[in-house]
Amino acid sequence: MKKRVVSVLLVVMFTASIFAFAGCSTSGGSADVVKLGFIGPMTGDAAIYGSSAEEGAQLAVAEINAAGGIDGKNIELVAYDSKADQTEAINAYNRLRDQDGVVAVIGGTLSGETLAMKDIMVQDNMPVLSPTATAVEVTQAAPNVFRACFLDDYQGQAAANFAATTLGAKTAALLIGTGNPYSEGVSEAFKAAFTAKGGTIAGSESYGTADKDFSAQLTKIKEMNPDVVFVPDYVQTVGPILQKAKEMGITAKFVGADGWDGVQEEYADAAQGNYFTNHYAADSPSETVQNFITAYKKEYDKVPNSFAALGYDAVYAMVEAITAAGSTDSADIITALKATDHAGVTGTLKFDEEGNPKDKEVTIIKIDGGQLKFDSTVVNK
Amino acid sequence: MNLFLQQLINGLNVGSIYALIAIGYTMVYGIIKLINFAHGEIMMFGAYFAFIAATSFHLPVWAVLLSSMVIMAIIGVAIEFVAYRPLRNAPRLSALITAIGVSLFLQNLALIIFKPDPKVMPKIFPETIYKLGEIEISSTTLITIGLSLFFMVLLDLYIRKTKQGRAMRAVSEDKDAAILMGINVNRTISLTFAVGSALGALGGVLYSVAYIQVYPTMGVMPGLKAFIAAVLGGIGIIPGAMLGGFIIGMVETMTKAYLSTTWADAIVFAILIIVLLFKPTGILGKNTREKV
Repeated sequence: MKKRVVSVLLVVMFTASIFAFAGCSTSGGSADVVKLGFIGPMTGDAAIYGSSAEEGAQLAVAEINAAGGIDGKNIELVAYDSKADQTEAINAYNRLRDQDGVVAVIGGTLSGETLAMKDIMVQDNMPVLSPTATAVEVTQAAPNVFRACFLDDYQGQAAANFAATTLGAKTAALLIGTGNPYSEGVSEAFKAAFTAKGGTIAGSESYGTADKDFSAQLTKIKEMNPDVVFVPDYVQTVGPILQKAKEMGITAKFVGADGWDGVQEEYADAAQGNYFTNHYAADSPSETVQNFITAYKKEYDKVPNSFAALGYDAVYAMVEAITAAGSTDSADIITALKATDHAGVTGTLKFDEEGNPKDKEVTIIKIDGGQLKFDSTVVNK
Repeated sequence: MNLFLQQLINGLNVGSIYALIAIGYTMVYGIIKLINFAHGEIMMFGAYFAFIAATSFHLPVWAVLLSSMVIMAIIGVAIEFVAYRPLRNAPRLSALITAIGVSLFLQNLALIIFKPDPKVMPKIFPETIYKLGEIEISSTTLITIGLSLFFMVLLDLYIRKTKQGRAMRAVSEDKDAAILMGINVNRTISLTFAVGSALGALGGVLYSVAYIQVYPTMGVMPGLKAFIAAVLGGIGIIPGAMLGGFIIGMVETMTKAYLSTTWADAIVFAILIIVLLFKPTGILGKNTREKV
């Protein structure tokens, strides 16, 4: 008896939910608003990435609306939390498409969630511009998927060019986190580019994900006496490495990648005088950058990080494409996106055949006195 | 050669920390035959208290170390009282599972109180680099090794020369006979937890100073390695734990220096398997025959 009640209830609920969804799918896409979707983690460990990118994106939307929107139509950014979970991301995307009727999507923020949604996005031919997903596969075999950030190997190459050309380094040592695709990927590109510039790789040392004791590796690197040491990893690992290196009296310059962003906060002393590649610099002399920072500070009362800058640029590039297309039809927007040439906060955004940024400037940042200082920009040719 | 000597010092540095933590494992095992898996978390909390003492109260170095050791000694005794004492006569497996439970509890407690992101331990020791020929030793390394050795000698004297030390040895040898001899077993066990936890806390502070971070899961890996050190030296034997700690630290550093960093942990854990297979009583352990 009880069982039957439960099954009847389930059937009722199921039917109701179908109707509920059907009801929703007609409500989106009203005539005087252009809806953009945003997907990224806003809760959990990766929350900082999603929420920063969303803040940047919302700021761009507000500015564009204040300036008249798209042909007089206001833009609305509908943002959903992916919780850094692939299933949640797919649900969020389905909701954006069916319930909200968005014309294009800014996202996902992380590589994993973007890859999870990619197949459905390709099927739908939805115009997608991910601000920050760096995995190579994100744009492969997906003519409708683009991204605003440069790839890991691109910045490895830029770091090598910077080390060889600007720093005049002849020898380099690498310290690589094994089992960390980011660290390994950037390092491989660095090695290739540094050798191509005529430099010598003095040696490369590695460490495991959970390692905290780097003294054995750094002792060997000190013995190699290289001009630069390349350590592409995240702040929590890089900080202790730099600290130990300083304690051991290693005088070589340390160079890193965008994972270093934030190292100035708690490891200022250890990081002093070292360099890393990043998407943008908060103290860049560029007017676009300074306007963005002023507006962001006013809105959110903090200095924007790279994720916010990329989210901001992604919205602008997408809106430019929609305006150029003159319609909200997917195919038209995608065609327009391919021709993007947007001078944004993080550099000039143009896409190659695959939908990755082409010849984008990589910003080199120097850590000086606990501050991130703009040093120069590098363009890989 | 210089490179080798330098790596030797690196090994001594991390080895002395493992030795300090291993002592806690071995003392507790020696006295109540319990592998206290919560010991790594004792070490972690010790590091957090030192962090708070140094950053919020700006205490001098000796007070930072002392306060952290005293607080952890009290917490160690409290853990024994709440979690292990009720199980004194229960099967040993129950106590072991409880220890794992306490370990997880403390880890998650730290996660709630202190949040998961690592805190940066301030430099509480003066920073200079000493040069011995071509070899360079930082003052932090010297102080770490020096403090560890100092407390190990102190512990050895305490166990061998004092009345309480004799009581500890008596209880670990034969608990029932010790009761008959008028030794207060409960108090002796509490004392063992206090001493072991204080040394674990010291290990935690030295570890966090050497590797500059404090975070809720920091006790897991050093705890496991110290446990292996205790088994390697002969669990229940205090000099064995010290010896084991130095050997493990040395093996780990030398593997990283001359073989491969990815193999370092695998080799350390392989030592545990090899010891258990070929000499379960450890290096200093004697084979005792079970009387029927």
